[in-house]
Amino acid sequence: MDSTLFIVQLINGIQYGLVLFLIASGLTLVFGVMGILNLAHGSMYMVGAYLAWYFVQHTGSFALSAFISAVIALCIGVVVERTLIRQLYRRNHLDQVLLTIGMIFVFNALQSLLWGNDPLGVEVPEALAASIPLTGIIEYPVYRIFVAVFCIVVAAAMYYVINKTRLGMLIRAGESNREMVECLGVDISRLYTIVFAIGVMLAAVAGVVAAPISSIVPGMGEHILISCFVVVVIGGMGSIKGAFVGALLVGLVDTFASVLVPELSSMMIYVFMAFVLLLKPQGLFSS
Amino acid sequence: MNKKNKIVKKVLVGISVMGLGFGAMAADPNPIKVGVMLPFSGVYGGLGDATRNGLKMALQEHAGELYGRQIEFIEMDTEAQPSRAPEIANSLLNKERADFIVGPVHSGVAMGMIKVLKDKNTIMIIPNAGIDAATGPLCAPNIFRTSFSSWQPSYPMGKIALEQGFKKVITMSWNYGFGKESLAAFEESFESGGGEIVKKILVPFPKTEFQSYLSEIGTIQPDAVFVFFAGGGAVKFVKDYDAMGLKSKIPLLGAGFLTEGTLEAQGVSAEGIQTTLHYADPLDNPENQRFRRDYQTNFGKPSDLYAVQGYDTGLMIASAVKALKGDISDQGALIKALETTEVISPRGAFTFSKAHNPIQNIYLRRVENGENQVIKLAASALEDPARGCKM
Repeated sequence: MDSTLFIVQLINGIQYGLVLFLIASGLTLVFGVMGILNLAHGSMYMVGAYLAWYFVQHTGSFALSAFISAVIALCIGVVVERTLIRQLYRRNHLDQVLLTIGMIFVFNALQSLLWGNDPLGVEVPEALAASIPLTGIIEYPVYRIFVAVFCIVVAAAMYYVINKTRLGMLIRAGESNREMVECLGVDISRLYTIVFAIGVMLAAVAGVVAAPISSIVPGMGEHILISCFVVVVIGGMGSIKGAFVGALLVGLVDTFASVLVPELSSMMIYVFMAFVLLLKPQGLFSS
Repeated sequence: MNKKNKIVKKVLVGISVMGLGFGAMAADPNPIKVGVMLPFSGVYGGLGDATRNGLKMALQEHAGELYGRQIEFIEMDTEAQPSRAPEIANSLLNKERADFIVGPVHSGVAMGMIKVLKDKNTIMIIPNAGIDAATGPLCAPNIFRTSFSSWQPSYPMGKIALEQGFKKVITMSWNYGFGKESLAAFEESFESGGGEIVKKILVPFPKTEFQSYLSEIGTIQPDAVFVFFAGGGAVKFVKDYDAMGLKSKIPLLGAGFLTEGTLEAQGVSAEGIQTTLHYADPLDNPENQRFRRDYQTNFGKPSDLYAVQGYDTGLMIASAVKALKGDISDQGALIKALETTEVISPRGAFTFSKAHNPIQNIYLRRVENGENQVIKLAASALEDPARGCKM
């Protein structure tokens, strides 16, 4: 591999990793704070992509569609937490798995009823539709660069909120000792609603920004969920920092494996995960 | 979710013989049972729906020619899960005692079904799954296919690529049966004509993160790229190929599934892509025009390739029942009647090979204004070589 192709692949890997981070961050946030393993997280990614498609059809504006979709996702998050997830806090992980798998089926059925089973696509917004010449005949789509920058901005915002704000302080406190936070008079149930809704929104927003560069199909959520779990396990369950590092590593490993060892590329991220767990059984940044 | 493993519904269609001129013929009171094994949910749900619609439309159109036999449909959702196939096929065979079993869409499911149904007392008709083995090493007198073998749509493209002056080509597909068989068929005709495959890229199924492969293609700069992708993966691939700036510099060729049922989602990225297939929506013949109009009227949406394949399956059943005057109890006679059917299909008339696969035309299409326009006949009455079939 010559150096220019190496750089192109490096960009590919980082860009893919950043999208993975956007999805995985919500999953790890909800697990870290609430101890809930939300298997339906991938479904929220799917819902985001379908909502983006639906609203782009009706409003013609991608930015507006993204905003509406994010708000709807927040509402879904609040409703689901208040009605369903709330029942799980004092129960074991098996019950969580059962309920959240059930939610996958419900969301898939709703998707099929509302939008059918044909693959759908969203056009790249016009302002970002250009490509930058890179090397030889390869061009890099501006929209992919935008997605990467957007993911970095979200990561920075999450870092700021969690480390510098009162909400972040409560989130961190809730992570380390929820009884103590409750005893100090914090309305932990409201905090949980907020955190869960944000988690759902992050997944849905990832679905929205990924919509123009992916195909919107039934089952897209389950597929991405597996990669997200690899990211979260490598990074350490519950750690946002871990999710960020884990996502970039998975993105790079996957990209370079598919070029260097194509026959083995489908298993390389799992081999990598096993390797990390061998050295650090709790993941790279376990709390 | 669909009720697993349960009959979704039983539907009776048919018209009583009374007053239809078959007065002397005593109607057989038992309906003809048609088991339908298609995916009605999941990724292939849309394909399953279209196939079923086409099947029913054909049998309804010919209901008056079935010598009073009614048709009972027993619909089972395969969810395109190969692991469920043997169980469902078994229940249609032994419990429901279906005369015909129509399915599936997915080649993995087809393998599971064949295992159970090969040489049994029912007729299996495959309305989509292209896996070569079904009419190759696993062929059997009671197994028919109305769609295509994986080999058929891709083989003629090798010659076309050479005609258009492409000498060095990269081939690319998911690393699974249908994809690999399609690439092999293309390579067979392309290499025998003097072309060179400079690289073959097999992407793990169902991965759709194509960036790293596309960067490689851009670096190697072949004369053209031949791919097999379908459904959601085809949408993503075509969009990514365009966004990387490759489409205007390295022509993209493919098996027709690349632009089948996906054009709306692919948008302008698909314009100019050339593919080969046994059908094209705008195909200019009276059967196709009538079929598309009637399908739109009946189901309120445009027909597609899968609807055509389902429709042809229905035509085939109707024609055999008619030829046997409604008495399909002798399996030998039924197989003979099916084998000799000429299906007057919207894709153009076709007959069956010894291995029970269609001998059919393959068309070269180019995407223009969001439609697969027919450029020319790529191969006339093309017969699958049926390697390994001892029938």
